[in-house]
Amino acid sequence: MSTTGPLTDDGLVQLLTPGGQRVEHPDYSHRVAHLDAEALRGLYRDMVIVRRFDTEATALQRQGELGLWAQSLGQEAAQIGSGRALLAQDYVFPSYREHGVAHTRGLDLADLLRLFRGIDHGGWDPAAHNFHLYTLVIGSHTLHATGYAMGVQRDGDVGTGDPTRDTAVVTYFGDGATSQGDVSEALVFAAVNNAPVVFFCQNNQWAISEPTTRQSRVPIADRAPGFGIPSVRVDGNDVLACHAVTAEALERARSGGGPTFIEAFTYRMGAHTTSDDPTRYRSAAEEDYWSQRDPIDRLRLHLEAIGELPAAFTAELDAEAALLGERLRTTVRGWEAPEPGSMFQHVYASPNAVVEAERAWFEAYEGSFLPAGGAR
Amino acid sequence: MSATPDIQRVTLAKAINLGLRRALEQDPKVLLMGEDIGALGGVFRVTDGLHKDFGGHRVVDTPLAESGILGTAIGLALRGYRPVCEIQFDGFIFPAFDQITTQLAKMHYRSSGRLSLPVVIRVPYGGGIGAIEHHSESPEALFAHTPGLRVVSPSNPADAFAMIQQAIASPDPVLFFEPKGRYWDKGDVDLGPVAAPHTEVATGLDRAQVLRAGTDVTVVAYGPTVATALKAAEAAAAEGTSIEVVDLRTISPLDVETVVASVRRTGRCVVVHEAPTVYGTGAEVAARVTEECFYQLEAPVLRVGGFHTPYPVSKIEEDYLPGLDRVLDAVDRTLTF
Repeated sequence: MSTTGPLTDDGLVQLLTPGGQRVEHPDYSHRVAHLDAEALRGLYRDMVIVRRFDTEATALQRQGELGLWAQSLGQEAAQIGSGRALLAQDYVFPSYREHGVAHTRGLDLADLLRLFRGIDHGGWDPAAHNFHLYTLVIGSHTLHATGYAMGVQRDGDVGTGDPTRDTAVVTYFGDGATSQGDVSEALVFAAVNNAPVVFFCQNNQWAISEPTTRQSRVPIADRAPGFGIPSVRVDGNDVLACHAVTAEALERARSGGGPTFIEAFTYRMGAHTTSDDPTRYRSAAEEDYWSQRDPIDRLRLHLEAIGELPAAFTAELDAEAALLGERLRTTVRGWEAPEPGSMFQHVYASPNAVVEAERAWFEAYEGSFLPAGGAR
Repeated sequence: MSATPDIQRVTLAKAINLGLRRALEQDPKVLLMGEDIGALGGVFRVTDGLHKDFGGHRVVDTPLAESGILGTAIGLALRGYRPVCEIQFDGFIFPAFDQITTQLAKMHYRSSGRLSLPVVIRVPYGGGIGAIEHHSESPEALFAHTPGLRVVSPSNPADAFAMIQQAIASPDPVLFFEPKGRYWDKGDVDLGPVAAPHTEVATGLDRAQVLRAGTDVTVVAYGPTVATALKAAEAAAAEGTSIEVVDLRTISPLDVETVVASVRRTGRCVVVHEAPTVYGTGAEVAARVTEECFYQLEAPVLRVGGFHTPYPVSKIEEDYLPGLDRVLDAVDRTLTF
């Protein structure tokens, strides 16, 4: 671990060590003081469930049931810690690996697989969960989040002091995305408008095969102050620290204090996607180092140390995870391809003569073939 | 209801300004966004006076970043607003091309119809104003080629006033190409309420219009070349040739019906636009006309437009642009085929 550059672990906010010890932080300890043992077990359950989901999805891809899968393995603390700081009225603009955040927004995790099954480009109703669709063009959605936050300002849903009304927007993206012009533009627009948006960068150290050193010379969070946006670096594998820094940033946004940039320093323990092969570009030693810093182990060790992880709880959680796995397998295998004619639906929100003419032609063409089983 | 129509003679730029004002008055969710559209009123003054009357929250001077303008407009639309973005010049739309084609055009489809993005992108386009590079281009075909977008271009003040309001009312994203070379052309505008954007009436947002009836050749044009086509018709009439002029108004979706009906009457078709003809709107019109009117055609469909070169320097732009003589030349060629 270098002490300078974008991969330094200097200056990370941490409340829980890799060994599971609680440590105090003058600015952030109070933001997790209300989390009792039951709440901690809740965070632990979230992370275990999301990991099981991720593992199951990877297996389904290997079995040919999904075309592709983007694993969240290793990023559970960053996603659950931040996601559990959100309020119902807050709005999330994810990238495509935010399965943990989706879970905290109450999505049925199975719906995330529709995109990867090849039966839907989206898969859920964003308005039902205030969780936008996954965006595959890197960084584009950070501008959507900023614009949405500008709309929140125009609606007067900032700084009223009403905790059920004041609204924050959060956008998730990776270290690679920070090289995209759209992310810089989003920071500019957010800053000059003082928009209620939180930029949550999961620096998982790898943009497919390129390390963060190919994206930046300095810690990524250091860029934000240049835009006039306060930033914080947090241990991304520490669910409590991620929760604390996000809670602070959301509070700033909702109260009218403007945007915040969070860099959660974590590690992509899996491949970029199931099509990737990390053995070609990174060492086993590095992977071993980070496997010793698994975010779930960290909270488990802590709960064990304080005597708050009863066997009955873990047994119940194991059963819940197994049940989820079974349900995912059954659900995904049951999803058939949509009707070919459905490709013409929803191109436009209003009638469009060109699309309708092509649909009519396609239906006539399809209808011109003899039915299966041959001529009558 | 007033019994007498309120008709004023205004420039095309002023007609758009009046249409924007009307939209801002009628719907509190309408916002204007762009570079220098506030106190300055836009580099062409199309938003003149609107910042003063509607304030900086609704007439928004944005940072100088086109992708940022479109990306934040998408976010505002997701929150329930109806942003109208001004791209300062045609050649500066490309930083926003990604947001327009990968996000704006596809969000309704991606979301299975759950999300609509009623965003209008106003683009002053076309040449003939003696400008430097990037200020005279006609990139409309790039957007017409993208499913999910509507692409329109008014040719006169009356259409400009109605169509900008119809574009804003559209639930789909609309590229609104403004013929900047015609900004100062005047015409009568009926300032009464406009028809809904997608109606079966001929003035709807997706309908072409026959501006001059004729029997020998159909000349199809839109935006800045409509006036050229009308002049050509005038000149040809003096020599005994009857030209029918069809103003497409909408480039996507193409109103095939109106064009085909005209060509079935005349048997000849010339398409005119400033954009390069190669892979352009004229190629699509020619293909559709050939498909639908094969037995009525007396001559191949001809295209008159820009060449497969970058837009040239302004001192020779009149030789690049499809002027009156080039249109008449094409008409003659279809007649003598």
